[in-house]
Amino acid sequence: MNQVRRLLPDFGTTSSPTSVERLKERGFAEALRKVFAMSGEDIISQITESGIKGRGGAAFPTGLKWSSVYKAPGETKYVVMNADESELGTFKDRVLLEEDPLGALVGVLIAAHAVGAKKAFCYIRGEYRDVENRMAEALDTLRSQGWVGPDRVDVQIRRGAGAYIAGEETALFNSIEGKRPEPRVKPPFPTIKGLWASPTLIQNVETLANVAVLFAHDTEWFKQYGTKETIGTKLVAISGHVKQPGVYEVPFGMSLTDILNAPDLGGGIAGSGRLGAMLLGGAAGTFLTPEEIAKSSLDYASLGAVGANIGSGAVMVFDDTVDLVGVTTRLARFFAEESCGQCVPCRVGTQRVVELIENDGIQSRPQDLRELGLAMRDASICGLGQTAPLALLSLLDRPELRQHA
Amino acid sequence: MENSVTLAIDGQSITVAEGTTLRAACDVAHHTVPTLCWHENLTPANACRACVVEVKGSRTLVASCSRIAENGMEVQTGSERVMNARKVVAELLLSTSDSNLAPDLIALAQNSGAQADRFAGGATWAQPALEDNNLYVRDLSKCILCYRCVEACGDDAQNTFAIAVAGRGFNAHIDAGFGRDLPESDCVYCGNCVAVCPTGALIGKKEWDLRQTGQWDESQITQTETICSFCGVGCELNLHVMDNQIIKVTSPMDHPVTHGMLCVKGRYGYEFAQSEEQS
Repeated sequence: MNQVRRLLPDFGTTSSPTSVERLKERGFAEALRKVFAMSGEDIISQITESGIKGRGGAAFPTGLKWSSVYKAPGETKYVVMNADESELGTFKDRVLLEEDPLGALVGVLIAAHAVGAKKAFCYIRGEYRDVENRMAEALDTLRSQGWVGPDRVDVQIRRGAGAYIAGEETALFNSIEGKRPEPRVKPPFPTIKGLWASPTLIQNVETLANVAVLFAHDTEWFKQYGTKETIGTKLVAISGHVKQPGVYEVPFGMSLTDILNAPDLGGGIAGSGRLGAMLLGGAAGTFLTPEEIAKSSLDYASLGAVGANIGSGAVMVFDDTVDLVGVTTRLARFFAEESCGQCVPCRVGTQRVVELIENDGIQSRPQDLRELGLAMRDASICGLGQTAPLALLSLLDRPELRQHA
Repeated sequence: MENSVTLAIDGQSITVAEGTTLRAACDVAHHTVPTLCWHENLTPANACRACVVEVKGSRTLVASCSRIAENGMEVQTGSERVMNARKVVAELLLSTSDSNLAPDLIALAQNSGAQADRFAGGATWAQPALEDNNLYVRDLSKCILCYRCVEACGDDAQNTFAIAVAGRGFNAHIDAGFGRDLPESDCVYCGNCVAVCPTGALIGKKEWDLRQTGQWDESQITQTETICSFCGVGCELNLHVMDNQIIKVTSPMDHPVTHGMLCVKGRYGYEFAQSEEQS
């Protein structure tokens, strides 16, 4: 077995995902009892000791973030769960919330208790209506057990309205505040000045689920999997030319080859049967060649060596017949559609990238595209504009991926 | 020195008061960075990205207009990444908007070595001007979406909130709400948006008409300082006069009473001064 089941419940779990029975079975009820008897400092030091890093893409050390919110001056603090999962090829938070919604919500409650927040928001992608219903049911369960409510932590669900940009943390705050979801300038960081200008802890669904399972067990247990640098497991969403696309939980450090081919994971390359390329990290990710895939593993250092990043955990696989210029064109159209329009490099840059690529620019004007892409990466306000050109730049850097185009 | 920070700008050590922006610190060091959307009397929008600088340890470039200087920062105002970003920003704007009345953009393009036509040939913002009232014209083909007008209309000056950005991506634009004409909007015609517009996208109706007929001649315009006589606030007015006719009214941006902002009477209520029928 290459798969691990920690964030996701064991195969054969029969309890309803939103039931009190599940809350007990997964150890979450006990975890809540334990945590609410602990001080914020103790909780945070255990998080720090566990080595958890943010799973939304940036891999920021979770303990450090919590400690920053904890220490930030201010009477009112907030915790926000970012479930606005919109990255192309990323569907792990959906599966996680469908199969075990209590986990991430228990993570929210632990976080709120640790940093001293009385109110929390779960911001969920608008298209995830079924998931939202399930989350609401899970909240009802927690409420019935006395963990959610005005005396403990008040948790509310907020639904997105279909904008990719609203998943950017500061744009998400604006959206919750009822404003246009335009990213804010950082610094000040959300830990100091977030929702309604109060210190705010915002975490991805998967990070919070990690927190829940950590306290349902202990640090020793948590450190069973992963590498020295990156502890724990990661959900990967495999799509495209693999025999068994889907969401899998794997330990950090697993080779990309195993992720693609193991019989209980990707199950091998589909389509022509020959691996052509991988887009790692979603639309905002990087193309990797078969050679790079062969020598890389799911770890930040290993992927950093080939200029890639785990990002949200999206693994898009292409066989050797796919026209990657065509794929890049579609990605470019996506970003042009989803740019909020606030800053020049992203607003105009995403448009010009589409125009250039559609007119054979990758072949005829690579230097102009590169300089445009670098300006977008360097000078855009937020992660959308900064990462929009990454797939394009990675394709420009790897001429061997364009041979069959 | 207490309440001050020391940083290095292009290798030069400089000490500024706590809370100073990198842009202002660069000014002090005589390594001035170009700006488009920044305005002395408005909250930085950090939207144009012309003022980006490289700060050691920062993954991306940093908008100097809004970033506060910190002790020990090492700032580069002319690194390769900065120069590329600045040049591309100018080129992208030139490929989109009509820069005829945008001196800051033209200067940015010249100083950054931008090739005006590098990204040209695609979609632009060319569109008919909106002439829906007697006081000012909106020529959005000249807009660079600097947000200055939105801020002047909002809590930086007027607190009217008649305009905001609508649409997204390349289709983002300044809107008075649901695409309404100005007379149907919340606009109070203070003209403070016109006063801060850096590209002539917002322009007084008088100036617009004179420019359309080729009669606007900067060399013939004189300015007369006076105090607005409509109420007791004491706003300083600069009357821009051509051929013995008032053609525009502004207020100095550094005036302690107005900070460059006026009301509809001060900015547009000047016809009486040149009426034959004074009673």
